[in-house]
Amino acid sequence: MAKDEFKEFKLVGTRPDRPDGLDKVTGRARYGADISAPGMLWAAVLRSPHAHARIVKIDTSKAEALTGVKAVITRADFPTGLTGEDWNLQENTMAGERALYDGHAVAAVAATSKLRAEEAVRLIEVEYEVLPHVIDVDDAIKPDAPVIREGAADATVPEGMPPNVVRYMEFGRGDVEAGFAEADLVMEKTYKTEATHQGYIEPHACMGQLGADGKGEMWVCTQGQWFIRKMCTAVLGLETAQLRVTPSEIGGGFGGKTTIFMEPLSLALSKKAGGKPVKLVMSRSDVLRATGPTASASMDVKIGMKKDGTITGARAEFRMQGGAFPGSPVDMALYCAFAPYKLTNVEHVGYDVLANRPKCAAYRAPGSPMGAFAVESLLDEMCRELDVDPLDMRLKNAVREGDTASYGPKYGSIGLVETLEATKAHPNLSIPLGPNQGRGIAAGYWFNHNGETSVSMAISEDGTAQVSVGTPDIGGSRASIALMTAETLGIPYEDVRVNVVETGALGVNEPTHGSRATFASGKAAVIAAGHAITEMCKRAANEWGIDPEAVEWVDGAAQPAGDNAGKFPPMSIAEIAGKMGSTGGPISGHHESVPEGVGASFGCHVVDVEVDPETGRTTILRYLVVQDAGRAIHPAYVEGQYQGGAAQGIGWALNEAYIYGDDGRLQNTVFLDYRVPVASDLPMIDTVIVEVPNPGHPYGVRGVGETGITPPLPAIANAIQEATGARLCELPMSPPKVLAAIKAKGG
Amino acid sequence: MRYHTPTTFEDAAQLAAQAKGLTRFLAGGTDVLVQLRAGMVQPDDLIDLKKIAGVSEITRTDDGGWRIGVAVPGIALGAHEGLCADWPGVVEGMELVGSTQIQGRATLTGNLCNGSPAADSVPGLVAAGASVEITGPGGTRTLPVEDVPVSPGKTALKAGELISAILLPPRGENAGDAYLRFIPRTEMDIAVVGSAVSLRLDGDTVTEARVALGAVAPTVKLVPEAADAIIGTTLDEPALEALAKVASAACSPIDDKRGTVAFRTEVAGVLTKRAALIAKARAKGDTA
Repeated sequence: MAKDEFKEFKLVGTRPDRPDGLDKVTGRARYGADISAPGMLWAAVLRSPHAHARIVKIDTSKAEALTGVKAVITRADFPTGLTGEDWNLQENTMAGERALYDGHAVAAVAATSKLRAEEAVRLIEVEYEVLPHVIDVDDAIKPDAPVIREGAADATVPEGMPPNVVRYMEFGRGDVEAGFAEADLVMEKTYKTEATHQGYIEPHACMGQLGADGKGEMWVCTQGQWFIRKMCTAVLGLETAQLRVTPSEIGGGFGGKTTIFMEPLSLALSKKAGGKPVKLVMSRSDVLRATGPTASASMDVKIGMKKDGTITGARAEFRMQGGAFPGSPVDMALYCAFAPYKLTNVEHVGYDVLANRPKCAAYRAPGSPMGAFAVESLLDEMCRELDVDPLDMRLKNAVREGDTASYGPKYGSIGLVETLEATKAHPNLSIPLGPNQGRGIAAGYWFNHNGETSVSMAISEDGTAQVSVGTPDIGGSRASIALMTAETLGIPYEDVRVNVVETGALGVNEPTHGSRATFASGKAAVIAAGHAITEMCKRAANEWGIDPEAVEWVDGAAQPAGDNAGKFPPMSIAEIAGKMGSTGGPISGHHESVPEGVGASFGCHVVDVEVDPETGRTTILRYLVVQDAGRAIHPAYVEGQYQGGAAQGIGWALNEAYIYGDDGRLQNTVFLDYRVPVASDLPMIDTVIVEVPNPGHPYGVRGVGETGITPPLPAIANAIQEATGARLCELPMSPPKVLAAIKAKGG
Repeated sequence: MRYHTPTTFEDAAQLAAQAKGLTRFLAGGTDVLVQLRAGMVQPDDLIDLKKIAGVSEITRTDDGGWRIGVAVPGIALGAHEGLCADWPGVVEGMELVGSTQIQGRATLTGNLCNGSPAADSVPGLVAAGASVEITGPGGTRTLPVEDVPVSPGKTALKAGELISAILLPPRGENAGDAYLRFIPRTEMDIAVVGSAVSLRLDGDTVTEARVALGAVAPTVKLVPEAADAIIGTTLDEPALEALAKVASAACSPIDDKRGTVAFRTEVAGVLTKRAALIAKARAKGDTA
């Protein structure tokens, strides 16, 4: 199963040093806040202290009069008449008539120093009329809930639904009631998960410059420079191509940097300040109050199962709030919820709900962890009830190639069965457990994604190669793309440099999201390298005076395809490149597409916990991630993705949560109280890379970034039940909740 | 903002007494500088105490106790063999504050003056029977540590007064102390509950004890009735149960983002039992 068994590749499957490693460990890497320019101004943002309030009046005169202040903006400085998601983005960037959540921007200042800008912000006077607010998703659909926005519902919402329901969906197949009737055991439970933040170490940062002529530039920490360009220009009413966006090195994104939050403010301030560049860097509190976490969820699941573990019917009804705007990932959550299982009778219902919270953003497999928490928790309880082994139950119901997914499409090549079997064979499963210890198992799924992709590669005069990609490197994609390009060209890994380039350099690229960079940019780079190889074979053929079809590319050199083609010694890439100027000019390759052939990734996690029965504190003793990578191009990065997903999932399961006061203000706006796991909280996370190659990719890549955050939530709940006898259906499973559950059960 | 570097506590007290606006004393700076950067305080006068002779020293007093300077960082406490041998519970409380980097700057005095009911180093000091030497415009006075904090963020220090040293009593024979805190993580967190126990044994029987709780009341709290519950016992199971019950009963915590009333009350008893057993083991010579 290990990649080392694939002998056909020289480089794919090896673990060379990362190309960004030296810059990062020496501090040379340039992140968002590291960019500065002559004449640059600093921005600061005034944010609403209220969860919901009408903005009666904003008086900026004192701020404007302060020495060093060059521009003050409010919503009045933005164009009007936007609709749909463009309006949502604009409204989220700067509040209009009402502040919709604690931290919502209401005004911004640019001044000659950061301190001066912050001082000016304190001089802005805002008169608010505080309105009733709602935070919890279930409260938001109660009859007396404050209405976040009249008329926000789209056409999917039937008449008569609560006004904060803005999107509704139902889909499925078969007859679930008949399925439940067939079952030996039917169980139904309600589960809740709290919103959690991606917790990237680097806060959002940008420097924007915009002239009176509508031409602008932006340097920004982002997962997608073209998305920044499209969204900023939409919000500001600019022509898209007039804004040039350069991505910085990125200190984590996990989906949270695939959209805009404050970037247009720097451009609007710059324009008002006469075109001077304006730098805007968020604090950690800004990040937690005003950038997108994932949604919170309330979920009902009902499942029917036969004594032998066969699932006969399944129903899920999910309610999710994604803040004061439409867009919670309730659809994705439903698609993924039952995705590992072959079901005849399945029904899904979903509600996208508004609440007075920040606009949610993507977070690693958006929606899938919540759905898995509900479904995989209930399946585990049913296995206990029926005394069925949880891995055998999953194997019995597992989807295989050709099966119809719970959400509709037919699966291509997938590796769930192989993943479950590799889990079953792992030595961790036979380690004996002590008192107050428990083992939990859960499966998880993510589709993976393709998206608009444009890649160029060029051969240098010495036969080395550069690849220009539009997908920022958030998880090792430069190393993987360099490995695949080098493998294809037949040159050393060190001879390929992969650059993440600005929007002026390529066609439109979607961000690095959906675990797509190594799949999509990698596939495009391989195809582009193929074009360059074709050209280099042609150059050799011309020199030899033979037909280009009679030349083949072997080990980084052109050679006659056989004795009949002619007898010439191989012509190396360096030789061909060295004379490119006299043989037809630059040699390059380019490919753009929405690459077909995405391969989904399934995973299975096994966690051993120990729970202190007197304090409810959970310790993770050991943790195993087994996941299908398709093929691991750079196995160390794949393992890193598996471990990172598990670590974030462990945090979500145990302690992370948005904690709101009765006033609707977020209480935990720094990492001291927004409790992500620290290094000493986690054991070394064991990984097994299963490789069922994806036939849709030249090297078999599926995409590995997201599935790993999906199983930890239920796996830990399942382990805690085994350790304590108490079942927790609400996250986070923090010590007070676990202790209360132990006490409630009389333990 | 005016930055001062007095060379005596008397000068520091004079500066503070004469200051008109907001004054802050600076030792390690791990609270003050963070608050300053976050915009929480903007002092008019910042008085740095690190130029005063002796502030970074730990010295044995004539009675066999210890005098700890106001700028001694946590990491220096842990490196001091004599202090660790006498008062491991005090040292381990301070060592729980922040990270290794913070330990290089943060001080016992600063942790005490910050006035947080959750301050990790304070329950150990209270259990130890420590006191502070206070210098003011009118001279010096001493005050038991438990009387320094009066409410969250507020201390008993009057205008112009500052702490000039922390004084630990002589340890004596057959004695041990311990501090435990509850956090949901393993480090880099603030106590949800803290409990310190200091005791002396005669054979297996507790003859003296002091118990202090953190994060369960507006200030760190000395709990004499908890001490009474174990004095005269061998810390057998009924004594431990009684201790836990009394410790829990002494709690008057709040519900907040870090914990609930019910949880804090319950866990205060659990931690106090566990701290008492560690203190006992140390009193019997177990150095773990």
